[in-house]
Amino acid sequence: MTAGHALRDQRRELNVFRTRLTVAGLAALAAFGVLLARFVWLQVAQREHYHTLAEANRISVVPVVPNRGIIRDRNGEVLAANYSAYTLEVTPSKAGNLERAIDALAQVIEVAPRDRRRFKRLMEESKNFESLPIRTRLTEEEVARFAVNRYRFPGFEIKARLFRSYPHGEVASHAIGYIGRINEADLRRIEADKAAANYKGTDHIGKLGIEGAYEKELHGITGSEQVEIDAGGRAIRSLSRSEPQSGNNLVVTLDINLQRVAEEAFQDYRGAMVALDPKTGDVLALVSKPGFDPNLFVDGIDPQNWDALNNSPDKPLNNRALRGQYPPGSTIKPFMALAALTTGKRTPEYTISDPGHWMLPGVSRPFRDWKKGGHGMVNLHRSIVVSCDTYYYGLANDLGVDTIHRFMTPFGFGAKTGLDIDGELPGLQPSSDWKWQRYKQKWYAGDTISVGIGQGYWLATPMQLAMAVATLANGGTPVRPRLVRAVQDARTQDVRELPVRAGDPLDFKAEHLALVKAAMIDVTRPGGTAMRAAQGAPYLVAGKTGTAQVVGMKAGEKYDESRVKEQHRDHALFIAYAPADDPKIALALLVENGGHGGSTAAPIAREVFDFHLLGKRPPGRQKLGDEEGEGD
Amino acid sequence: MISRLFDLVSRRIDGPLMVALVLLVSLGLTVVYSASGGGSFDRILGQARNLAVALAALWVVANIPPQTLMRLAVPAYAIGLALLVGVALFGEVRNGARRWLNLGFTTIQPSEVMKIAVPLLLAWYFQRHQEGLRLREYAVATVLLALPVALILRQPDLGTATLIFASGFFVIFLAGLSWKVIATLAAAGLASLPFLWGMLHDYQRRRVLTLLDPTQDPLGAGYHIIQSTIAIGSGGVLGKGWLNGTQAQLDFVPERSTDFILAVYGEEFGLAGVVVLLVLYLLVIARGLMIAANASTTFARLTAGAITLTFFTYAFVNMGMVSGILPVVGVPLPMISYGGTALLSMLVGFGILMSISTHKQLVSS
Repeated sequence: MTAGHALRDQRRELNVFRTRLTVAGLAALAAFGVLLARFVWLQVAQREHYHTLAEANRISVVPVVPNRGIIRDRNGEVLAANYSAYTLEVTPSKAGNLERAIDALAQVIEVAPRDRRRFKRLMEESKNFESLPIRTRLTEEEVARFAVNRYRFPGFEIKARLFRSYPHGEVASHAIGYIGRINEADLRRIEADKAAANYKGTDHIGKLGIEGAYEKELHGITGSEQVEIDAGGRAIRSLSRSEPQSGNNLVVTLDINLQRVAEEAFQDYRGAMVALDPKTGDVLALVSKPGFDPNLFVDGIDPQNWDALNNSPDKPLNNRALRGQYPPGSTIKPFMALAALTTGKRTPEYTISDPGHWMLPGVSRPFRDWKKGGHGMVNLHRSIVVSCDTYYYGLANDLGVDTIHRFMTPFGFGAKTGLDIDGELPGLQPSSDWKWQRYKQKWYAGDTISVGIGQGYWLATPMQLAMAVATLANGGTPVRPRLVRAVQDARTQDVRELPVRAGDPLDFKAEHLALVKAAMIDVTRPGGTAMRAAQGAPYLVAGKTGTAQVVGMKAGEKYDESRVKEQHRDHALFIAYAPADDPKIALALLVENGGHGGSTAAPIAREVFDFHLLGKRPPGRQKLGDEEGEGD
Repeated sequence: MISRLFDLVSRRIDGPLMVALVLLVSLGLTVVYSASGGGSFDRILGQARNLAVALAALWVVANIPPQTLMRLAVPAYAIGLALLVGVALFGEVRNGARRWLNLGFTTIQPSEVMKIAVPLLLAWYFQRHQEGLRLREYAVATVLLALPVALILRQPDLGTATLIFASGFFVIFLAGLSWKVIATLAAAGLASLPFLWGMLHDYQRRRVLTLLDPTQDPLGAGYHIIQSTIAIGSGGVLGKGWLNGTQAQLDFVPERSTDFILAVYGEEFGLAGVVVLLVLYLLVIARGLMIAANASTTFARLTAGAITLTFFTYAFVNMGMVSGILPVVGVPLPMISYGGTALLSMLVGFGILMSISTHKQLVSS
C-alpha cells in the first residue's frame, strides 16, 4: 500500500465522517425544532387550558359548616344546643384492613362494643369514600394518645366537630325531635330542594319534630374557604374565606318545666297529652309517653339501642299525641250538645228519662248506657255532667251522621290540625260519603248511634281534641296550634314573632256555648265525673271525661274491669281548660289502658293546671286510678 | 506565577465549550434550588459537591492525551463488562431493578462506566481497522455494542440501555456504515417491533401505552406525564417566576428535582426559559461537533462525535418525555437534573472532548 493511497483513503474517510456529522447535526437541529414546536403548543396555544388545570389542582374549596341554631323554650331554657367535641373518623376506602385497624386502635384508645356496632351500621348505610365516626367525644388525653400513633392508622383522622345535645333528654323528645346523619332519603330531599351546595360538609340533618320541620331555619348558610393544597391534599394556606352564617335560633311555645311536670304526672302509664294556649294555639306541652333519649340518635344510634326502641311493645318512638288515633269517647259530648242547640234539635230544657239503654226503632239490640239502670231524668246540662250515653244516642239519631260531620269538621276533627311539625295523622270524622267511598257501603242509622258517643268510626288524635277544646275555651275561634313562636335571626339577633293563625269564628250562639261551658264546669265539681280535676283548686276548671274502648263488648256482656288484662283495659280520656272564666290553658289527654277518665286522666290535668296557673309543683303523688272511680 | 497557575488549569480546557457548560450548570443549580422546595440549601450543597467532583474529573480527563485514552478503552470496556456480569449475578435489587453492585466500601452502577467505555472502545476498534472497513468490522462492532446493552436491558434499565445503544450506534454511523445497511436494519427493526414488545417488561409497556394516552391511567403511570404537561403548559410564555410554580412547589410534579426537573423549569421560566435552554444545548452540541470535525485521528473524531451526539440524545429524550412526546424512560435532563452519577459521566465525556480539542496540534505535528 503506497503513502499516496493511504492519504487518499484518509481524505475519503474524513469526507464520509464530515458528511455523517453534518447529517447528524441537522437531525439534532430538527429534533430540537420538534421540541420547540411542542413547547410552543403547550405553553402558548394550550396555556389557558393547562393554567385552568393547574389552578384546579392547587385550589380546593372547603365548605365551612355553619353552627346550627339553638332551640329554646318560651322561658329561654335551652332545649337543643351545640357543643364542640373531637371525633375520630375513618374513611374506609383508605384504611386497608378495617377490622385489624380497629383492633389496633382499641389498644390505643377505648373502642367499646357499642362503638363497633354503631360503626358497622353506619358502614352499611354509607358509601365507602365517606368519612365515618368510629369514636365520638374523645377526651384530650385520647386525642393526644391517638396523635402519637397516628402514622399507624392511615385513613383515620381526628376532627373537631359540633355536636347537638338535648340537655333535657327524654323530656319533650317527641316535640323537639333530633338530628341524625344524612341518609339516602335526606339526600334526595336536599337535592330536590336544590340545597345540595348548602349541605356540602354538613353530615347531620333534622330528622323529626322541630329539628326536622324547621331544618331550613336551623341549618344556616354554609360558608366556604379556598385553600391551597399540595398534591397530598394537605392544606398549605387559606386563599380566601367566606364566613358561614349560623342557623337561626328558635323560640318554641313549650314550657319545658310544665312539660316535665306533665310527663311525670303520667307516672308509668303510656299516653299522650297536648296542652295549648287557647288564644294563640301555642303548644305549652306535648307529651307522648314513653319517650326516648334523642341524644342517642345524634352520632348514629347503635343497633342495640335501636332495637330496644323500635321493638318495644310500648312503642316509644310513636308520637301518640299526633299519630295516636283513638275513639274520642265521651269527650265529644260537649260538642254534640252544642250541635244540638245550634241545629235546634234540642232545647236546654228538653229532658229524657234514662232507663239505661236506648232502642233504635227497628233494631232489637239495645244501645246500653255505661251506667246500669240509667241516670234518671236527664236534660242537656246533666247529660254532660253525668255523661249520659242514652241522651246522646237519641240526639245522634236525630242529627244524622252528616250533620254531625258538618258541625265537627270546623273544630278540627277529621283533618290534620296544621301543627308546624310533621307526622300528624288526620283521625277520622265519619260521614255517609266517606263510608261509601271507603267501603262502598251505605251508612246505616245504627252507625250513627255509636258515633254520637265518640265511638264507632270516629277517631281523633290527642292533638285534635286539644285544638277542639281550645276552640270551645276561646269562645269559638279555631286557632292553628304551633310549636315555634319566634325565630331569632342569627346575625342581627332580631326576634321575628311568627303570626298566630286564627281561623274564622265558628257559627254558633254565645248563649249556647255558655250552657255547654257551665255544664263542663260542673263536670269537675262534686257530682261530676271529674271531681278530682278541681277539688280544692282556687280556679275554675271546665272539662269532660271520656273512655275509649279497646275491646268491643258484645251486646249484653258485662264489662268487668278487674278481669280484663291490662292492655285490654279502656283508654282514659280527659279534655279540660282553666281557669274556666278566663282560659289560659286547654288540654286533651289520654292514658292508655287507664280505665276511667275521671280517676286516671283528670288528676294529671290537675297537676298540669296547678303548675301552669299557680306555679305549684305537685306534693307527694298519689297513684293514678286508685280511687274507686265510677263514670265515663 | 499566577498566570502560570492559570495556564496550568486552563491549558486543556476548551473555552467556548466550558462557557456553555458553566452557564448550564449554573442554571441547573438555580432550578434544583427551586425544585427542592426553596428555602433549603441542602440539595444545592449536595449538587455543588457533585459538581466539584465532576469538574475535577473533567479537568483530569482533559489533561490525558487522546492516545492514552485510546489505550484505556479496552481495559475500561472489559472491566465494565465484567462488572455488568457481576451485577447480573450478584447485584442488589432496588425498586425492582438489579442495577447496583456492592463493592463492600461503596455501591456502584456499572452501566454508568459503559456510557464512556462503549464509545471509546468502538472508536478504538474502528481506528485499528481503519484500513478497509468491510461489513465484517461493522458486525463485530455491533456485537461489542450489543453485549453491554443486552445486559443493561436485563436489569432492567431502558433509559441507560437506550443511551448506551445510542452512543455506540453514533460511532458506527459516523464510521461510515453504509446507508443501505442502515435502511435495511431500520426496516428490520420496525418489523421486529411486535417481537420486542413481547420482550418488554410490564411497566415498560405501560410507559409506552401511557404516552399514547396518559388519561387512561391518570393516577398511575399517566400521572407523571399529565402533571408535568400541566406544569409546563401553565407556565406560559414567561413562566410563573422562580420559586412560584404551583405545580412544582405543591408537589404535583413527581421526581421534580431529578428526571422531571424540566417541568419545574418550564413552569417557572416559561417558553422563554425553554428557548434559552435549547440554545445553550445547541451551543454545546455545535461546539462538540466542531471539535469532532477538526479532530486529527479516527479515534478522536468518532469519540468526539459520539459523545456530543449522546449528549444531544440525553437532552432530547428527557425533554421529549417530560413534555409528553416520548415514553417515560429514566433519563435525567443533562447538566440540570439533581444527581451526581450522570453529571460525572457527562463531564468526563466533555473532558475527553476537551482533551481531543486541545491535544490535536501535538498529534498532527
